[in-house]
Parts: sequence; structure tokens; C-alpha cells
Amino acid sequence: MNTPWELLVVDDEEITRESMAAWLREDGYRVDTAASGREALELTATHEYALYFVDLKMPKGLDGIETMMEIKKVHPDASIVIITAYATVDTAITAMKEGALEYIVKPCNPQEISLLVGRIIKLKNLERENTLLRQKLLGQYRFQDIISKNARMQDIFQLIREVASLRSTVLVQGESGTGKELIARAIHFAGDRSDKPFIAVSCAALAETLLESELFGHERGAFTGAVSEKPGKFELADGGTIFLDEIGDISPKLQMDLLRVIQERTFYRVGGSEEKRVDVRVIAATHVDLLEAVREGKFREDLYYRLNVINIRIPPLRERLEDVPLLARGFIERLSHELGKNVTDLTEGALKALIEHQWPGNVRELENAVERAMVTCKERVLSESDFAFLSAAARPSEQWSVPAGMTLDEIERQAIVATLDRTEGNIKEAAAQLGIDRSTLYDRIKRYNIPR
Amino acid sequence: MNALLVIPAGTLESWVIDTVKQAVHVRFGMEIQVLDPTTIPEEAKNESRRQIEATQVMRGVLPELPAGKQRAVVLLDEDLFIPMLTFVFGLAQVGGRVALVSLARLRQEYYGLPANPEVVRTRLVKEVLHELGHTFGLVHCPDVRCVMSVANTVQHVDQKSSEFCGGCRSVLDDALRTT
Repeated sequence: MNTPWELLVVDDEEITRESMAAWLREDGYRVDTAASGREALELTATHEYALYFVDLKMPKGLDGIETMMEIKKVHPDASIVIITAYATVDTAITAMKEGALEYIVKPCNPQEISLLVGRIIKLKNLERENTLLRQKLLGQYRFQDIISKNARMQDIFQLIREVASLRSTVLVQGESGTGKELIARAIHFAGDRSDKPFIAVSCAALAETLLESELFGHERGAFTGAVSEKPGKFELADGGTIFLDEIGDISPKLQMDLLRVIQERTFYRVGGSEEKRVDVRVIAATHVDLLEAVREGKFREDLYYRLNVINIRIPPLRERLEDVPLLARGFIERLSHELGKNVTDLTEGALKALIEHQWPGNVRELENAVERAMVTCKERVLSESDFAFLSAAARPSEQWSVPAGMTLDEIERQAIVATLDRTEGNIKEAAAQLGIDRSTLYDRIKRYNIPR
Repeated sequence: MNALLVIPAGTLESWVIDTVKQAVHVRFGMEIQVLDPTTIPEEAKNESRRQIEATQVMRGVLPELPAGKQRAVVLLDEDLFIPMLTFVFGLAQVGGRVALVSLARLRQEYYGLPANPEVVRTRLVKEVLHELGHTFGLVHCPDVRCVMSVANTVQHVDQKSSEFCGGCRSVLDDALRTT
């Protein structure tokens, strides 16, 4: 059975508010009363009511319209019915313009008010039903923190369930922004190790020596600045899972160390002579084609096969566009709480715009787009215009032409500078947008002497 | 089990009390105790509306009730209102002790029709059972045949039956068991 709807009656006259409350309670509603606008605001600060009856004329403190406007600041969608006497009908009409749902002139025919309450509550019931159905639908397509109804993704969910409790190494491959870490977390939290640590390390973020110390720890005095001993991520992850993101970027030396730790489950701290033994499940991820890197001699073949025991290849978002509405609504639901915005849905036009977009930055780009639209949106529903920035970004070439006398190097330099500017210096994002890997981007930055 | 109290407010014809006693005893299976008539409090009388304010009558009756949990139904011939509404057939405290029923709008004469005691008797029974049902925690029922369905016009009162539907009956029986 549904929880009864809660209503609030605000009136400075005790008999009026209490008798109205008693009458509404006979209908099965839970009814609170407030003797002033201030008291009403105290109640609404922590509570949302399905319907508010607010007396227009309250001589002391806030009047009905002021009370309504204050309630609307906290609950923009509050359904407020203004109660008025014949003498103040004009003001009640003003109240409607300020956002009241309806006004009633007292004394009012019981049938009239019953119909009014019934109509509003019916709408509230539909909204509640809609939210429940949506949550149910979302639940059906949700695996831990990942949402998808795409058949390939559903296969991945099934695979995760099957391998979650094994110790076998997993290689997660997918473009930037497809959610490789989410997959790794899902594997960890769906398995026997879920109560043990999950440690994530981005191998691209650190220089070789730092990464080595980060992964394996170091002894005191192992290098300049190593003033005390420090356990590495492998030690911290003992019993649990270590997630090595961007594994394709690690140096040959680290590849060898990793191979050893995966094979033997043992390693040495930097500067240490004591062999450390750990029980860690390794999940590695990369956005580059590791097999290609093996063929080019950049990645050890034996390490590749050690990592690639279980392979999960996440499809890019453009190959699972059916997930766009689900994901967008999932982000709206989460971000509404985080941003404190009362956005509930998207228009058909907005959905069409999202489905037509190519999403080179994948799910992360979609999440950012929804957040950007929500920050600027003034309505409860995101419309196509809230996503205008997507189409603007997608057709810069319409206005752009190559200036005469510009060399290919200069064009390349400008493209890199502009992209880095757009990604606020984020190398990973910039490389993804430019369609090159990060080492190539670093190489170009150096070659063109681009300041960072 | 506690008795149900019937309190006439002002002067009422004897058939009113007899009808209510009989109907309530049959539906609630409780002993009925008729108290001495009470007077309608002065503050409940609204001269300009020529009506009686329901909440003020309830407030007047509550302190006069004997200690305990007995429910009481107050019957009166005057037209009842609450400030928000033009009239009410009755009013009750949901899960409380007092219910109120007015005969004024149940009478055919109110609508300019010839008196019909049988019709008024049937309407009175429905309204008393309905308002007393509220004191036992029942709220309006979506089943239009159930006596707990909402009635804002006398036509609605005539359309519903004087019986509780299965759902309301079981809630009522539970409440009666713990009374």
C-alpha cells in the first residue's frame, strides 16, 4: 500500500485550519497545520507536502503570497492552493500568476474542494507511479553502478558474474570514457573479495620511477626524498583487487616487474631486499590496442597473455545508442541530488539530439553534457536548447578554413593548442579528442614547444 | 467492551435516537448508552450563516465525555459548517472519540420536497455509521457502495449503501476488538 499523501494547511485562524485538517483527514490524508507563514516554512524546510492550502490573508508576518513564494524557493514544484475570501479574489488571481496552482473562495462547496484535491492527488499518484516504474526499469538494466540494456553489455554483466569470484587476471579494453574502472569495480564488488580493498592506479599519470615506487612501495632511503618506508599499492591491495589503468603506457622495466608479481605473487619494494608476498587480483585496463603494441614490440607478449586471461571489451557509446536515454536519465536522477536542482526528465527533442550525437568521449562525455545542461537549465525538463553546445562543438568545420600560407606543422600546432585549451590541459582527454595516443601528444607538445 | 455513547444536542424527536440506537447496535455490536441532551455552545452558533460550527460543538462535547475510550456520536437538527466549507453533513475525529451528524440536510423539506420519514431514517443511519467509522480509524473508501465512501451531496448519500465493504469491515472489526 502506498504511503498516504501529506498535506499542509496554513491559516492564522485556529478553528479554520483545524476544521479543514479534520475534514481532509477523513479522506485519508496525513495533515499538518501551521498558524503562520513562518511556521509553514519551518515545516517545509525538512518536509515536502503533496499539497499546500495557504490562506491569503494572514495579518501578522508573511501573507499568503509571500509564504507561497518562500515555499517555492525550497520546493519549486509545490502544489499550492490559495484560500481567499470574496473581497480578495483579485489578489488571489495575482497569486495564480505567482505560481499558485489554484485558488478557492471560502466558504467553498465541499464537492468542489473534493474534486480539486482529487485532481491534484491523482496527478501526484501518476508522478509517483512514473518514478517507481522508471526506477524499476533502471534497476532491471543496472549492474552495480553500470546501466545498460545493450546486448553486448548484458553479456559483459553475465561474464562479470561468472568471473567475479575467480582470481584470474582481467583485461578491460575500451575507448576513453567507456567506464573501464566501473567494470573493474563491478568485478571486485560482485565477488568474494568485495570486503577487501579495491585499489586503483593510473599508470599514465606518473613517471616510471614514481610509478614503480607507487606500485611496489619503497624502503627508507631508497632514493632522494624517500625519508620513510612506504608500502606500495600491491601491499595495500592485499586480499583484494588492484586496478591498473592505462597499462599500455608502462615502461619495459615495469612490464617485467608486473609479469613477476602476476606470476609469482611476489615483489620487492624499491631499495628493498625482502621479498614481499601478496594475494592480489589484477585487473588491467587500456584504451590502446595491446595486441598491436605487442606486434610493434612495445608491449611484452608474455605479459599480454598473462593479463588477457579474461578479456572484456567495452563497446563505445556510439555502438550502444539505445543506452543514451537510460544513462541520461540515470545521470539526471543522480545529479539532481548532487547539484540540488529539481530536474526530472528530458524532452523528446533533447533525447533526439543526444541520440544523434557521436559521443567521441563516450559515457563520460554524456555525463558531462548532462551536468552542463543541468547547471544552466531553468526548467524541470532538459530541452534540446539546453544541449545546443553539442551541435556547436560538432560543426566547427563549417566556418573554418585553412588560412593561406599556413604549414601543416602550424595547423597541427594550433589544433593541439586549441584542444588542450578546451580540455583545460587534460592530456588524456586532449589525446582522445585528437585521435592520437598520449605518447604522440607528448611528443608533439615537445616538438612544437607548446607551453603547459 | 465499552459502550457507544449517543448524545442529542438540543431537542430531537424520539425516533431519531431509536433509529440510531438500533442501527449502531446492529453494525457495531456494542451496547448503546444515550446520554442526557447537551446544549449547543454559544460560540458554535454563527448568526450570519445561520449555521452551527462543527468544530466548536466537538470542543464543547469532549470535556463532558466520561473518562475512558468510549466513542460518542452527537446528533443535532441544526445545519453544520466549518469555516472553509458551506456545510458539512457531519464531522469526526479520525481515530478520535467524537463524531457529529446533522439532520438538517438529510430532510426532504430542506430541498423543498414533502417530508419523508423513511428516507431521512435511511440517510441518518448511513451518516451516523460513516462518521462513527471515522472514529474507529476508517477513512473514505473508493468503493461507492460502501458506507465509508465520501458523500458531499444528499444524492451521494442516497446512492451508497448502509453497509461497510469487506476491506472497511475488517479494519473496523480489528478496531472493535481492541476497543
